[in-house]
Amino acid sequence: MSITKTLTSKPWERKGIIGGLKPEGAFDAPSERVGLIIFLVVATIVFSLFTVSYFVRMELPDWQPLSEPAQLWFNTVLLIISSVMFQWARNIVGRDSRRSLSTAFIGGGVFAILFIIGQLITWGNLQSSGYYLASNPANSFYYLLTGLHGLHLLGGLWVWSKSSTRLISGSEPKEIKLSIELCTVYWHFLLVVWLVLFAILSNT
Amino acid sequence: MAYVPLTDQDGEMEMHHPRSWVGKYVWSQDHKVIAIQYGSIAIFTGVVGMVLSMLFRLQLGFPESVDFVDPSFYYQSVTMHGMIMVIYLLTALFLGGFGNYLIPLMCGARDMVFPFMNMLSVWFFLLSVLILMASFFVSGGPTGAGWTLYPPQAAMAGTPGSDMGIILMVASLAVFVVAFTMGGLNYVVTVLQYRCRGMTMMRLPLSVWGIFVATVMGLIVFPALLVAGVMMLFDLILGTSFFMPAAIESGQLMDSGGGSPLLFQHLFWFFGHPEVYIVALPAFGLVSDILSCHARKNIFGYRMMVWAIIGIGALSMIVWAHHMFISGMNPNFGFFFATTTVIIAVPTALKVYNWVLTLWEGNIRMNVPMYFAIGFIFTFLHGGLTGLFLGNVGVDVPLSDTYFVVAHFHMVMGIAPICVVFAAIYHWFPKMSGRMYHEGMAKAHFWLTFLGAYTVYLPLHYLGFLGVPRRYYALGATDFIPQSAQDLNATVTIAALIVGVSQLLFFINIIWSLKNGKKADPNPWGATSLEWQTPDNPPGHGNWGDSLPTVYRWAYDYSVPGAPEDFIPQNTSENKEPTVDEEHFDPDSDDSLADV
Repeated sequence: MSITKTLTSKPWERKGIIGGLKPEGAFDAPSERVGLIIFLVVATIVFSLFTVSYFVRMELPDWQPLSEPAQLWFNTVLLIISSVMFQWARNIVGRDSRRSLSTAFIGGGVFAILFIIGQLITWGNLQSSGYYLASNPANSFYYLLTGLHGLHLLGGLWVWSKSSTRLISGSEPKEIKLSIELCTVYWHFLLVVWLVLFAILSNT
Repeated sequence: MAYVPLTDQDGEMEMHHPRSWVGKYVWSQDHKVIAIQYGSIAIFTGVVGMVLSMLFRLQLGFPESVDFVDPSFYYQSVTMHGMIMVIYLLTALFLGGFGNYLIPLMCGARDMVFPFMNMLSVWFFLLSVLILMASFFVSGGPTGAGWTLYPPQAAMAGTPGSDMGIILMVASLAVFVVAFTMGGLNYVVTVLQYRCRGMTMMRLPLSVWGIFVATVMGLIVFPALLVAGVMMLFDLILGTSFFMPAAIESGQLMDSGGGSPLLFQHLFWFFGHPEVYIVALPAFGLVSDILSCHARKNIFGYRMMVWAIIGIGALSMIVWAHHMFISGMNPNFGFFFATTTVIIAVPTALKVYNWVLTLWEGNIRMNVPMYFAIGFIFTFLHGGLTGLFLGNVGVDVPLSDTYFVVAHFHMVMGIAPICVVFAAIYHWFPKMSGRMYHEGMAKAHFWLTFLGAYTVYLPLHYLGFLGVPRRYYALGATDFIPQSAQDLNATVTIAALIVGVSQLLFFINIIWSLKNGKKADPNPWGATSLEWQTPDNPPGHGNWGDSLPTVYRWAYDYSVPGAPEDFIPQNTSENKEPTVDEEHFDPDSDDSLADV
């Protein structure tokens, strides 16, 4: 559907059925996928606005840079592995196969859980070395942004747990193909968000 | 409860069929029930907002006449009135109420794409309203910071509700954003993906276009409110200083400090200005359909109307700082935002011309919806023109803190959208309830509301020119405010009370008509769009009986030369045979699909 072509059509001139015998959606994709992509746009806006606020706040004089804990690199690797495993699951289900599907899909979620645990440990370490949430705006943003990212990941894990249950209870790959694909898209999105957040948090 | 695939027809969705009363009317996933739930909660909240406005109007017209309206209560009721009317009444009613009811019906769908999420949306909305109402009962009462909630003032002692009130307010807004996002995803995906056969985007009635673009805008800008709200909650509860600058409270330096209140203002208005259009665009769409139908004439310039809706939506994202001219900014920014603001007048004026030209030489039927629709053109034009004054920095600076601004925004985004709300409720009431309203009561309601609103807001423009400041609890004695201004204020209050009380006519009418109204024709106005062509009136669960409609034409084939009637429904094919099966057409049936 070309947007210009749509918007310049003259609906009062043409009568009859346009678009053939099937109802014509604007996108040739399942509604769930369209819904997810729109949600990802909204989430991108949320993260971008926080990022803008972060840079605006950084300019003010009371900002004291926070040196990011080295463990974040390790956590990042965990999240990358998680994303890779989801992609693996998606490739398997794309071939309508079942081999190693559970390992890949469930493994992907487990690595995401490990990532969240890693993030919590990082929080704990920061707390014990006296970097509290309210002691400096840089710290506040650190907790806020990592927390928000973690919450999004938890939301994904909720969907993942439902799909995993269906997978273990023996659903055909075809039935859960869409869930696995959408989880993969969501995980890649959250990986990209994390990489960007990591970059801007390091850039104090 | 079970999922039952309806037919093998292409593009059919699986419907969710509740068996119990609770499943049907409380935990309902039917878009029509959800729409009415949304609408009822919104209108109830709106009545609270209206009562608050009558109380503080009493203080303004007759100072100190009511005991419990002290300065704190005054600020609290002004704040809550603003927030309730903008967010919890208008946004929720237009998108959650009319959006939910009309989108699936007008697109020819059986329901929203994600009915469960739709249900969650209304319950989250109810939760947000409950949190909001709870703030009336906590110690310190609701926040009195003004609906803009600017920090640091909102969080400092001396502002009413600066401890619990403001926290509940922000929390309620955050929940509202979540509710809106769930509903909004539904509206957008339904319009994009669930249109019936033959229904192209450019065949959609303008109502759907208005609601669709407003929802897209909402999805883009409500995150700004969420972001601002989350950071503010951190500041309030956890002692961070995203927004809180160094400040002295009761002689003590506050713990937090160094934050940027201006950042809050930018985030707030990046949401706050498009919010005006989130309310206005659905109103534009609905009023276009109502005018066209009751003038028996196609809407003038359909394509232009669609382009104008999109153009206004896009432009409204880059004008927000015109609310901040007096916050101080680089003059170049001021110039930029003043220019974009004034440019919005172009697509908006285009729409007003097109409405008037739709009426031109139309076969106008003065039904009640038409009264309100024409009332909308007047009030909107009025409020829009004063907006042109205020868009200019030089004019805005002296007028910004006066009643001129109050008059401007009440005309343009208070009275005008409310006129459309009433027009739309009267217009679609026969479809929603299956009964007609009482004509006489509805006309009395219109005249009292319309003339009353002018009696309230025209004098406020004048008070603004005099320089009477807004937001003040009492004016006191000054040289530049003559006694006559005080008398005018008293007149305004009396008019406001009359308008407020006359809304009872509306409620009595609706409740009376639900039981005793004349049974309505399935299509009493002779309208073309799909919602009037449903096999049942009001539409049953699943909307369309056995098969989805097919659309052969746009939504505005009124008074087509040579046609047997002065309207041709969208689902009538070229050879003039109606596609709704007359044999299955049973206006008395209540629910066609419950037992499928």
